[in-house]
Amino acid sequence: MTKRVAVIGIGMTKFDEHWEKSLRDLSTEAGILAIKDAGVDGSSINALFIGNMSAGRFIGQEHLAPLATDQAGLNPIPATRCEAACASGALAFRKAYHSILSGEHEIVVAAGAEKMTDLKGTDAIATLMGAGDQEWESSIGLTFTGLYALIARAHMHMFGTTREQLAMVSVNNHKNAVHNEKAQFPKEITVDDVIKSPVIADPLRLLDCSPITDGAAAVVLASERIARNIAKQPVWILGSGQASDTLALHDRKSLVEMAATKVASRKAYEQAHMKPEDINLAEVHDCFSINEIISIEDLGFCEKGKGGKFVEEGKITIKGEKPINTTGGLKAIGHPVGATGIRQIVDIVRQLRGECGPIQIKGADNGLALNIGGSGATSIVHILGTEPEPITS
Amino acid sequence: MVHKSSVPLHWRMQKSRYNLIGSKCVTCNTVFFPSRILCPKCRRKGKLESFQFSGKGEIISYTIIKVPPEGFEKNIPYAIAVIKLEEGTNIAGHVVGDIENIEIGKKVRAVFRKIYEDGKDGLIHYGLKWELEEGNE
Ligand SMILES: [Zn+2]
Repeated sequence: MTKRVAVIGIGMTKFDEHWEKSLRDLSTEAGILAIKDAGVDGSSINALFIGNMSAGRFIGQEHLAPLATDQAGLNPIPATRCEAACASGALAFRKAYHSILSGEHEIVVAAGAEKMTDLKGTDAIATLMGAGDQEWESSIGLTFTGLYALIARAHMHMFGTTREQLAMVSVNNHKNAVHNEKAQFPKEITVDDVIKSPVIADPLRLLDCSPITDGAAAVVLASERIARNIAKQPVWILGSGQASDTLALHDRKSLVEMAATKVASRKAYEQAHMKPEDINLAEVHDCFSINEIISIEDLGFCEKGKGGKFVEEGKITIKGEKPINTTGGLKAIGHPVGATGIRQIVDIVRQLRGECGPIQIKGADNGLALNIGGSGATSIVHILGTEPEPITS
Repeated sequence: MVHKSSVPLHWRMQKSRYNLIGSKCVTCNTVFFPSRILCPKCRRKGKLESFQFSGKGEIISYTIIKVPPEGFEKNIPYAIAVIKLEEGTNIAGHVVGDIENIEIGKKVRAVFRKIYEDGKDGLIHYGLKWELEEGNE
């Protein structure tokens, strides 16, 4: 039974408003790219896991996993859909990883896909609220921007986090996205643009929010035996952690931290024999600017309450001590909810293979991905590295 | 589209939504609103009883929503706060009254108002809202 699993292939569609492409087209396109990149034949794939939040409401299509294997010509392999709201992608990745660890499979595809732009805006907002507490949040007209606005206001009140520091998160993400051809909004913005953009749910404004996006991403995972045989640059899974918290934001002990992120990251660090300071770069879940700040704190990159300062001091930039969202984050790449967790893995693998051109982090040999569902009820952390041996510090 | 809910759902939720009745675990003395059927701390060792909340609380965070989901278009802008109830648990709810002057730390009390209409012919949903108390400074 294998103890080590590597990512041996990656692929993704452009993240965009794809009016001319359906969900099945997008997931097939990403899958073909990943399988081609892995250099394996479709017939050698043993299973597929696909992350998707709400195709049932976005396009009226359930039972997505066999649709994906059908369209990709992969039947009759087992196909499983994973749902954890915006963390569905990371959940599919984690379950694909586990299925290889179990010994049942050797080569598995983990994909994520979401088609969001077929619904009109207010319907898409309500669909996303399916990730909140339907009886006590969604039913009173509380939106996801509203939930994160409640978190932002509490963080600002408690720690003095400023409106400008929130804006700097979006500014950094857009700056990085300029070099990412897959990004929905690859253009620079200023702090002023953010703080003058329309209010969505005060204190959060339009440019604090990740957009509504269509897209898919896929990766191929393989056992150590396969990876060593066929991959030129395997990227190894060093740690994987997942944790849960209350579905409703108001039931949390604290509005300013995500307990699930703390638990999930602690597990991933333990497995990888690493500490937060060992991480070379991170993909964090910036569905809203405040979430990047909170995540920086809960991942242990800085003390609780100092996340805003950490951003302001430029520590998250490409040249900073902890480059974050080096390819543009959810804000600028786009956030097709079920696809994001896989897209984060794709981008870490690109960095660790040295394929990122002007945004390449030189000498990076590990990276962390944090994918969050809802307002923090699911948190999933993965640590990837170029060397399979755990790095001890 | 707010989930189009049925008459049974609203009948089921009457006690909590209209009378502020939650639950209390007599084993660990924790109160819950809305009510639960299992104490998450004590699990099977816990014992839950109905518990009447006073309807008094304090704002611990708030937002003013300008872009609403379907069904709330007529209400914007509206204020939603996380309210710490006097008896010791939190709830999210609409704040009504002088919302221009809403602030963290201000006191609120429960009132009953229309929340939204399920389309033209649908149910009109009444429920709990929170009014800023007079003399809040
Ligand atoms: Zn108890």
